[in-house]
Amino acid sequence: MRKSIALHLGLIALLIVLQFVLPAYHHGNMARIMVMATYAMGYNIMFGYTGLLSLGHAMFFAAGLYGMGLSVQFLGMGVGPAFGMGLFASLTLSLVVGLLALRTLGVAFMIVTLMFSQTIFLVILYFNPYTRGDEGFVIQQSVRHIFGLDLSDPTIRYFAALVLFSTVLIGTLKLVQSNIGRVFIAIRENEPRAKMLGYDTWRHKLLSVVLSGTVSGAAGASYGILFGYVGASFAQVPYSIFPLLWVLLGGAGTVIGPFIGTLFMFYLIDLSSTVTDAYMLVVGVVLVLLTMFARNGLIGIVRERWAKWLP
Amino acid sequence: MEFGPHLLLATLEGLVQASVLTLTALGLSLVFGVMRVVNVAHGEFYMLGAVLAWFVTSMIGGSAAIGFMAALIIAPLLVGLLAALADWLVLRRIDYDPERTIVATIGLLYIIQQVTLMTYGPDAHPVAPPFNTRLALPWFEFTDGGLSMYWPWGLSTTSYKLFVIAAAIVTLLALWMLMAKSKLGLILRATQLDGETAQAFGIPVEKVYALVFGMGAALAALGAVLVVPIQQAHYLMGDDPLLLSFIVVIIGGLGSLRGTVVAAILIGMSDGIISVFFTPTLAKILATLLVAMVLVYRPNGLFGAKPA
Amino acid sequence: MKSKTLLSAAPTRRNVLTGLAAAGAATALPNFARYAHAGSDAPIKIGFQVHRTGIGAAYGRWYERTTNAAAKVINDAGGINGRPIGIVAEDDGTDPKRGAEVLEKFANQHGCDIAYGTLFSHVVIGSAPRAAELKLPYFVVSEGHHVASGMLNRYTLQPGITDVKSQVQAMAPFVADNLGKKVTMIYPDFAFGHNHRDFFSEAIAAQGGEVIAKLAIPPTETSFTKYFPQIPRETEVIYHVMVGPSVLTFVKELGEFFGPSHPEIFGFIDSLEAVDFASPGLEFLEGTHFWEGMPRYAQSNQTDADKFYRAAIGIDDKGASLDDPKDVSTYAHMFGCWETLYTIKDGMEASGYKGPADRQSLIEAVEAITDMPEGREHPQGAKLFNGKTHQVFGPQYISKVEGGKLVVQHTTSIEDGLYPDEVDYTAQSF
Repeated sequence: MRKSIALHLGLIALLIVLQFVLPAYHHGNMARIMVMATYAMGYNIMFGYTGLLSLGHAMFFAAGLYGMGLSVQFLGMGVGPAFGMGLFASLTLSLVVGLLALRTLGVAFMIVTLMFSQTIFLVILYFNPYTRGDEGFVIQQSVRHIFGLDLSDPTIRYFAALVLFSTVLIGTLKLVQSNIGRVFIAIRENEPRAKMLGYDTWRHKLLSVVLSGTVSGAAGASYGILFGYVGASFAQVPYSIFPLLWVLLGGAGTVIGPFIGTLFMFYLIDLSSTVTDAYMLVVGVVLVLLTMFARNGLIGIVRERWAKWLP
Repeated sequence: MEFGPHLLLATLEGLVQASVLTLTALGLSLVFGVMRVVNVAHGEFYMLGAVLAWFVTSMIGGSAAIGFMAALIIAPLLVGLLAALADWLVLRRIDYDPERTIVATIGLLYIIQQVTLMTYGPDAHPVAPPFNTRLALPWFEFTDGGLSMYWPWGLSTTSYKLFVIAAAIVTLLALWMLMAKSKLGLILRATQLDGETAQAFGIPVEKVYALVFGMGAALAALGAVLVVPIQQAHYLMGDDPLLLSFIVVIIGGLGSLRGTVVAAILIGMSDGIISVFFTPTLAKILATLLVAMVLVYRPNGLFGAKPA
Repeated sequence: MKSKTLLSAAPTRRNVLTGLAAAGAATALPNFARYAHAGSDAPIKIGFQVHRTGIGAAYGRWYERTTNAAAKVINDAGGINGRPIGIVAEDDGTDPKRGAEVLEKFANQHGCDIAYGTLFSHVVIGSAPRAAELKLPYFVVSEGHHVASGMLNRYTLQPGITDVKSQVQAMAPFVADNLGKKVTMIYPDFAFGHNHRDFFSEAIAAQGGEVIAKLAIPPTETSFTKYFPQIPRETEVIYHVMVGPSVLTFVKELGEFFGPSHPEIFGFIDSLEAVDFASPGLEFLEGTHFWEGMPRYAQSNQTDADKFYRAAIGIDDKGASLDDPKDVSTYAHMFGCWETLYTIKDGMEASGYKGPADRQSLIEAVEAITDMPEGREHPQGAKLFNGKTHQVFGPQYISKVEGGKLVVQHTTSIEDGLYPDEVDYTAQSF
């Protein structure tokens, strides 16, 4: 327990140090990776810990993104309250989706989430007079201020991303060590058994979906605020597949895995794209190799071999 | 257009779509039924079928019909072999673990897509249909003089589209014969019921799996060859069929071939018919929601009996 | 604390190495002597954001060929301010998120002087905020109205291609006068289509016509016949503009739907960009009209500039690759790359551009440009640049399919496409 807290606080400390030493390009990347890793951590709550595989998480990310963006655009809110609107939108959506989709299991659950997400994407296109369709809209630099801080400034952006990331990282750690977290894992391992032991598994699964969806929405809202763009491409299928890949790569059901997976995938694409245009080919090959030789992801291997205590 | 002719046209279009979808979804359903894995790269095998059809027809040249017939045989065969190879090299080694198979086939999806982009290029290419005559269709109306026939504006189909429907029916019957009457069908059904017991009875399950995976991909490729004279071969064309096939397989009930066929027709047709009543994007939204809601309230599909 | 400003960042080892390598390559160039008199002979690095993968790849490929051809011509003639230009291409995957990342890579990793290139408007809109934050001039070739609408910022300019609003407005009088006044529009249900819908409805109304039906086709749709019955019977003109891999299916099914008797058809060439007119099923297009950004087929009155431009890229008189006549270019759009590079050249020369410290004066110099005469630098035609809205305006071509070829019927004037300013970027601070 103490080791794990030390590890996660250590990661946060490392990220603080990195802010001062990273060259500009990697500094910018790291801010983005932290936001996307937050998305992955949200996904991990449902998939890694509760065993619910969703193929439609892009809708939660998009709910946060548009909940925030439309509030700025049409209600004239500042980015702080707008962030709250983003959270509210993704919370509401995840509650509704959870109530409906949790009636299904396994592959049907995957498809239902996929369909709902596709519906959200089409709804964004349908209401194009407000959402500006696939093209999206810009959150102007002049709006992106909070407590007098300019969020488009690289250093401030980095710290804002770090605050979001750390909050969710520590929150996830606390969650999986709490009773609720243990019930999540029990559901993943054997739901009928968890039910037999007297847990209300349905209620816990709903809670997992809502937590997961809201954290994903927080990542979406933050992306819009920090990088100034709101667009429908974030609601499309690939953005539902990405968190699955990141989590699997890093190690599903580990707190730190989503971050490692996001980091690894980002640089895999970035570095291979300098060598060849066929970087998606490299990504494909790596994915196949990973499933063949590293089934539990990078952190999964670490946990198996060296550190059984990893949460 | 008036309501009646419009509905007829949408129904015809829906039937063409349903025919192709049936073949593609059957491939996915076969793989899921026998092997219990979800093949995310299924759409890419479909795309490969279309792209290979273009390669074959442009290499053979000459009469469109000869090239097309050759493509009809060569493309599914090659795609099937490739899929069987992928099964042997990758899926067999990860023990057909459901979740890892999803990731591995996502990897395959990227590999196939990228290799196609690098060799075939980003453009969409057409394949000439072997024959294609526009057939205007009549409609009937009650006038003062009783029932009379007229030719509404735009109410038409083509001979090739009718051929697609016929070809799909023939393939379906052949597949049904194969599953129900042949020894291979018996082996497949035995493996589907219980892989371990089948192995105990001397069925080479690994080889059966490779064969099934190949057959599934070949069916998708066949659907694509049929559709490519109507649409074009493009390296990103696999995404939509994958989604639709997924939906069909789930709605039809996992592993149920009969359910898959009925669901494919339902989905293919509803897409066409809903478009009669709403603006296009709204129609898509409603069709998508409808599918989701069917699943929510019938989680095992319309025809699935047992819980999955 | 380490300063994070872009300009003072110390060069990394990698940057130095690539710089040396580039300098080495420059000495190997036959034209080295021409650059020698300049103080510095390091190349001016132009970051080229290109759709190599994703839905825009068909356009991206031709944007890249045109860009490389223009860069070669410019370098052969002595480069800019005595320095050669180096194109640093990065794939944006036709994705706004990756697009923004690519801009960061140009500015902070490759040390590019400016960024340039991309077409799809969501990539432009997703990237532009980063361009402003990085203080990196960003020249786009997107034809979207996003620049002139005021949505973007002082660092984003579109000096090479006319925007959709202007194109559509210039088309409307021809459609109303020659084809008909009752128009049914068919367009993709995304922003590009909505631009057409909104601007054309307005423009045709000004000509006394009206749009009687609007068919927005969902993206990723692959079959279209089922939507065509929604075309009203009294339609005089069908106005179509589609993009993406299914365009050929769309046009073919339109032909099959109508059979021998169809209303007048007016299309934006986007519906058939990169598609061979000899493709099976397109025969019915004979006699229909198209907007073209630049005439794909060499016309009888072909200019010297057009001849030169085709030869430089390697394109024949039918707009296809010289080495593969089936490989049809995106001729109506890609001239924007060529012309943008020349405008960058003009701007850099006018401002005496030396390095990233001169980026602001480069933008001011481009904003000061007004007339761009027709010629090898601007083969599509003479243009007028509006420094306040950062948008260029040029002629548009209306062609008719005659004997399977597009023959220009009417060329609109620059004035036909002008509209009141919606923004003044020069009033914004850097």
